[in-house]
Amino acid sequence: MATALKLKELSKKEERLAPGHRLCAGCAAPIIVRQVLLAIDEPVIVAAATGCLEVGTTIYPYTAWRIPWIHNAFENAASTLSGIETMYRSLVKQGKMKERDMKFVAFAGDGGTYDIGIQALSGVLERGHRLLYICYDNQAYMNTGIQRSGATPYGAWTTTSPAGKVIPGKPQHRKDLTAIVAAHGIPYVAQASPHRFRDLMQKVRKGVGADGPAFINVLSSCNRGWRHPTDTTLEMSRLAVDTCFWPLYEVEKREWKLNYRPKEKLPIEEFLRPQGRFRHLFQEENKHIIEELQAEVDRRWEALLKRTGEA
Amino acid sequence: MGRYVALDGNSATAEAMRQINPDVVAAYPITPQTSIVQTFSEFVADGLVDTEFITVESEHSAMSACIGASAAGGRVMTATSSAGLAFMWEVVYVAASTRLPIVMPVVNRALSAPINIHCDHSDSMGARDAGWIQLFSENAQEAYDNTIQAVQIAEREEVRLPVMVMSDGFITSHAVERVEIEEDEAVKRFIGPFRPTYPLLDIDNPVTYGPLDFYDFYMEHKRQQAEAIERAKEAVIEVGEEFGKTFGRPYGLLEGYKLDDAEVAVVVLSSTAGTARGVVDDLRGRGIKAGLLKPRCFRPFPSQEIVASLRDKAVVGVMDRSDSFGALGGPLFMEICAAFQAHGVRTKVVDYIFGLGGRDTTPDQIESVFRDLLQIAETGEIERLVNWLGVREGKQEVVTAA
Repeated sequence: MATALKLKELSKKEERLAPGHRLCAGCAAPIIVRQVLLAIDEPVIVAAATGCLEVGTTIYPYTAWRIPWIHNAFENAASTLSGIETMYRSLVKQGKMKERDMKFVAFAGDGGTYDIGIQALSGVLERGHRLLYICYDNQAYMNTGIQRSGATPYGAWTTTSPAGKVIPGKPQHRKDLTAIVAAHGIPYVAQASPHRFRDLMQKVRKGVGADGPAFINVLSSCNRGWRHPTDTTLEMSRLAVDTCFWPLYEVEKREWKLNYRPKEKLPIEEFLRPQGRFRHLFQEENKHIIEELQAEVDRRWEALLKRTGEA
Repeated sequence: MGRYVALDGNSATAEAMRQINPDVVAAYPITPQTSIVQTFSEFVADGLVDTEFITVESEHSAMSACIGASAAGGRVMTATSSAGLAFMWEVVYVAASTRLPIVMPVVNRALSAPINIHCDHSDSMGARDAGWIQLFSENAQEAYDNTIQAVQIAEREEVRLPVMVMSDGFITSHAVERVEIEEDEAVKRFIGPFRPTYPLLDIDNPVTYGPLDFYDFYMEHKRQQAEAIERAKEAVIEVGEEFGKTFGRPYGLLEGYKLDDAEVAVVVLSSTAGTARGVVDDLRGRGIKAGLLKPRCFRPFPSQEIVASLRDKAVVGVMDRSDSFGALGGPLFMEICAAFQAHGVRTKVVDYIFGLGGRDTTPDQIESVFRDLLQIAETGEIERLVNWLGVREGKQEVVTAA
């Protein structure tokens, strides 16, 4: 019997990511990692991409990981994990190892997933390895000090898309990576957010239970890069979802399903205003950027409603 | 007893891989390595091996998957050439520094640009400081024998490092030769079972691979790595001797030919050593004391052994099948100069860059090298320290159709 997704039950389980790691106060990444690992009752092997999570949890001679863990490089968490998963299958097939219900999970940020790692990820999805890839999407290269990525929202300030006098923030809209992954036709794809932990954990269970590759894109607030107080992490997650900037949905065996529809779809300003990275957008001359961002959120939301049969 | 078959170098390498029967192979096709992965795919498809073959989408992923698979706890191989090796560059270092005993045949090919599919050694020489053991093969037999030995060398407890096995693109990889293929069982016995160290798949004893490692420990880890590849020298020798006892073809760090009493000597890697051997015979027939040294192991560099075999020569000509642009000369030349200097040897050394991008290297050219060396021996004068062999000198007229 799988552990019930109730706080009381989950709190009895041993944390697989030990406390004492060096990630920032208020960082969503360890919250997400703990939720993911608590959702899985079976043995897990983790591969992580270079990034905050790797740097913050494994400064030699310390490790916060109580499970087998490997970091190889930035762009290859997917291919590295595919090697582990394949070795497992090979050894079991040859009778060199006892079969166990082992789960293989990759963690990578948006830089390692949307940008530099997309090729390795796509290859793994096409080849059909049985593994779960979690992207913790904090919408910029945070580990190197807040540079724009393919996941950075339109208009956002980063250190390589500064709010300049001529170019006020990132001039491009973000890549819709979840849809790109879904286009591979793999058994399970989802978007999730740590403020709705039960939804996230159920998705993780579906992901590791899938007969093939699974991918979950999780919005992961970074208060250093987003510029908000450290105690509003989950509030930012909620606002992203309630403005439909970050819809919660899943694609199970190619069936698109909306998991959450806000009672009242909040205007995008609600998500932008508390974050310093969008502060310049509220100057009079930049208000059109907010309008364009709202229009893009609406376009994607409408498209999603159609795809999920909710329109 | 082995059997003699007509095989090209890549087929011989693929045969070795079939007999090694790795738990996982992850590879990507690239000329001139392609026929290795093609042939091996057939072995997989026909059930002749137990290997799980990961048909990756790039060489970067090939090496990345090899690293994951090797750390998981099993025997792992890949193969590549040229741009493929360059593309996996970053993780080539990770494999060695994580001390994973991966074996990788590298079918030598020139690097771009201009794009060229033919042989030179710029690819593997570019990776000479990556921490891999590097063995160069003269012909298909050596490609086969070295691939089998590489498994043993890599997996030794005191080594635990990856090994590249080089063979010359097209010259060796695609030319059919007589090769002695040993019995499957004998090869299996020779390499023995894989003994994992700290496997990731041992979930009851979790380990962390690849943590962030700063100035307080990084240097000690690099020191351990340096010591491991130093120890590999002994392992290469021992495995080569054991291979000789088992199969009748002993191997060492290097191989001399008519070297003991030679006055002048040429040093060259891989297939060109075969051509040079013929030139040596020819010159000897004419009373000229010519000799040849063919290093087999380039990393770790057997400097003491090379010095010992060349120190009493009047002049040594090094033939480099790649340049190290902006350096004193080619990589092999620089290593030998450094070894001579470190051991207080005053023998004159000159360099010959040759065969880039598959340029033919003829016996006449090698003979011209020996004639140079003899002249230097006589006059004591070195006209040019670094020479280019078989290249059109001066400004070239490019004639195009009107």
